[in-house]
Amino acid sequence: MIKFRRYASFFIFLFLITLFSGCVTPAARALESDASQVKLRSIQTRAFDTADKKKMMQTVISNMQDLDFVIDKADVSLGSVTGSKFLGYEVVKMTVTVRPRGEKQLLVRANAQYGIRSIEDPVTYQDFFTSLEKAIFLTAQQVD
Amino acid sequence: MKKLVFSLKYAFFILLCLGIMGCASGPTGFLKPSEDCLKNRELQIRQYDTANEKDTIAAVAGVLQDLGFTLDDSETEIGFVAASKRADATSAGQVVGAAVLDTLGILFGGYSNVSATVDAVQEVKASVITKPSLEGNKMVVRVTFQRIVWNKNKQINRIETVKETEIYQKFYEDLSKAIFLEAQKI
Repeated sequence: MIKFRRYASFFIFLFLITLFSGCVTPAARALESDASQVKLRSIQTRAFDTADKKKMMQTVISNMQDLDFVIDKADVSLGSVTGSKFLGYEVVKMTVTVRPRGEKQLLVRANAQYGIRSIEDPVTYQDFFTSLEKAIFLTAQQVD
Repeated sequence: MKKLVFSLKYAFFILLCLGIMGCASGPTGFLKPSEDCLKNRELQIRQYDTANEKDTIAAVAGVLQDLGFTLDDSETEIGFVAASKRADATSAGQVVGAAVLDTLGILFGGYSNVSATVDAVQEVKASVITKPSLEGNKMVVRVTFQRIVWNKNKQINRIETVKETEIYQKFYEDLSKAIFLEAQKI
């Protein structure tokens, strides 16, 4: 009887672990993200001292191509570029938008997804902006 | 002592469960240029002696059509065209190999269906960007290809960025002709 109780508590414990350590449930969480909105924006956005939107978009595209992305869509009026790249058996999809900020600056925002996961790691985005900076010979400024 | 061993076992098991069940963290560093980035550029970029953006992008669209692609999206203002194509992906070597394996399987009394897992269909995606060179007197064209290969069971066998030199060479050979034709208005 004692042995039985010991096993029972063991299994309940196991069940609890499974419950708590599992990934988020696949319920309707389409609009959920782990980081706060403000934090995410600052991770994904940089301002550049140029007003040449077209050139910026072309640089974004060539930078994405350097990173092995194939461009799927681009729209000048929205300033958006979407591309995808294969990483192992998963697809990385990334959208970069370019929009004016005042008269003399452009805001560039990138957001990437790996499979079904949104990338929220600051270093990954920093890598992207560093190579974009090099490509356009301008310094990217952190936006508050 | 017995109790200690038991609790140790217990703790170990819990740790194992956590390890298996925990969320896997995402990949990092994939937005850094890779080492063969310059080599890829060389493969994917060509320059043409024309300053006409419209004609160049029209020639690109023409070549993609010549190669059997259908256009998916385009934005002429920044010289962008995306296209895709479905094609046969069977390779004789692979089919024969699979058939041999299957025959061996049957001969040894088993059931084998390697033939269903050989490459069957592929979708090739191409995206092309044309832009004026830094000096402004030439047009720079860059194309990238990706492909997804399905087997006979309609499962994805491979997804990859195309790196074969011949494919890029063929594209640019055709484009050279097309730009010439476009310039001559043929």
